[in-house]
Amino acid sequence: MTTAVAGGLSLELMLKREGFVLDVQTALPARGITAVFGASGSGKTTLLRCVAGLETEAHGRVSLGETLWQDSERKLLVPTWQRRLGYVFQEASLFEHLDVQGNLDYALSRSAVPANSETMIAVIELLGIGSLLQRTADSLSGGERQRVAIARALASQPRLLLLDEPLASLDAARRRDILPWIERLRDEIALPMLYVTHSMEEVARLADHLLVLHSGRVKASGPAGEVLASVDNPSIVGEDAGVLLSGRIARRDEAWQLSCVDFAGGSLWVRDQGWEAGRAVRLRVLARDVSLAIREPRDSSIQNQLRAVITDVINDDHPSQVLVRLDCAGTVILARVTRRAMHSLNLGPGTPVWALVKSVAVIG
Amino acid sequence: MSDGEVLDAVWLTLKLATVSTLILLLVATPIAWWLARTRSRLRASVAALVTLPLVLPPTVLGFYLLVALGPEGPLGRLTQALGLGVLSFTFAGLVLGSVIFSLPFAVQPIQRAFESMGARPMEVAATLGARPLDAFFSVALPYARPGLMTAGVLGFSHTVGEFGVVLMIGGNIPGETRVISTQIYGYVEAMQYNEAHWLAALMVVFSFAVLFLVSSIRSRAGRLL
Repeated sequence: MTTAVAGGLSLELMLKREGFVLDVQTALPARGITAVFGASGSGKTTLLRCVAGLETEAHGRVSLGETLWQDSERKLLVPTWQRRLGYVFQEASLFEHLDVQGNLDYALSRSAVPANSETMIAVIELLGIGSLLQRTADSLSGGERQRVAIARALASQPRLLLLDEPLASLDAARRRDILPWIERLRDEIALPMLYVTHSMEEVARLADHLLVLHSGRVKASGPAGEVLASVDNPSIVGEDAGVLLSGRIARRDEAWQLSCVDFAGGSLWVRDQGWEAGRAVRLRVLARDVSLAIREPRDSSIQNQLRAVITDVINDDHPSQVLVRLDCAGTVILARVTRRAMHSLNLGPGTPVWALVKSVAVIG
Repeated sequence: MSDGEVLDAVWLTLKLATVSTLILLLVATPIAWWLARTRSRLRASVAALVTLPLVLPPTVLGFYLLVALGPEGPLGRLTQALGLGVLSFTFAGLVLGSVIFSLPFAVQPIQRAFESMGARPMEVAATLGARPLDAFFSVALPYARPGLMTAGVLGFSHTVGEFGVVLMIGGNIPGETRVISTQIYGYVEAMQYNEAHWLAALMVVFSFAVLFLVSSIRSRAGRLL
């Protein structure tokens, strides 16, 4: 049994396919975005389809808050159309025989909750599709289609929104266009979302909670920052191993176009985004951008220097490298260095070091 | 034979084709849906059964229908018990024969349309709260519209052009079961080649127009996809 989170999604699922077994037991929070992360073939989409009730051969138990959606022992399987969920598929799946307004109306008229025109106006405004309503589905760009698909899912007034790699079919520019809309969704409506992705960038920007799948099983599940800092198998995140830090802008140095961000383990200078002091921000520090030094480097171009202590050394993908977990006044930071450097500097668990942070991404 | 007989034959042909096509679409659509979606072991047998009229000589089909519909046949007993009388050599019998005979021509384009739609649109509809029957009418049928149109046109024209089944179960009764194809046959038997020419040419033009229509439905559907 998994401990249920009040109002959250509780899953115990087993699905056997040829050459693949999905075996997931987990409880996910009732609010914010839960990213479902993993390599392709790890079972992310299958998990989402099980939650939606689209995989009727799955065995187990699924509940959202007090509502039981599936209980195979009691032969209960609530059909998808009665589950009150929204599903945004990987490729835009608008109904081609309807225009944009028709697609939205399709969902609105079948919503279990009486349609509320204000909700719809808000959704159209939130996703910026007001000018597209009379267009046909095939005249929209990829990014517009996905925004309409998200709006349509919201129009059915779901209790849970499932997004299956909604950006995967878009190029990088379109992805950057649509990410802010999803952030707005997260910040402006209290709707729990399950967001399947294999992009660390999307996880870092969007996720509150992170569920890591590997070969159909849960590899890790917890608050995004904690999971990223604790992933012991670097092959899951590969090149993108790194940590998420939550902080606050302490002051701005406008002369040099820099902002100083305070976080629990110290402070870091980042590129100035024009944001006021006091604003909460998320920082992403990739392991490959962190180097180690034994003495405080006084004459380095790297000015973000943090005092830390090595807690663990983890084998990396390639035998020449290791991932080093650092305790930086209670905050975990990861560094990727070569084995040779570890050996010649005589580094190991317990060694106090200076972490040199070459680059920090500010992600809103 | 008079002009009146020719008009009767043309009128009866159109009536038969229209009624048969409507029934055909009602029968073929659920069969096509089932064939496109099912994973049942019965699928292969049902598919073969539906396709059978395509390869059987129409006289074989007509013969069995004649026997089955006759006063001693199983269908004949049923229709008599229902107070409908015996259907062989009647218009209703012709409709039944035509529907069975044209079934593969209607089922296949609709089935292909459902298959090319895939499972996704129905899944989308379900996630938006549409119950299965609702989704069938609001999503699957609109998606399959080119297939339904092709099925209707092919079913109609195939009924217009049939001969063997009509002759076997309808006989050749003027005003009741004599359609264009049997009328032409009658003209040829009576050595009235001139009249036969007129009707035969009409059929050639009609068939060409139908095939032209079907092919333009297909290319328009192709552009949509």
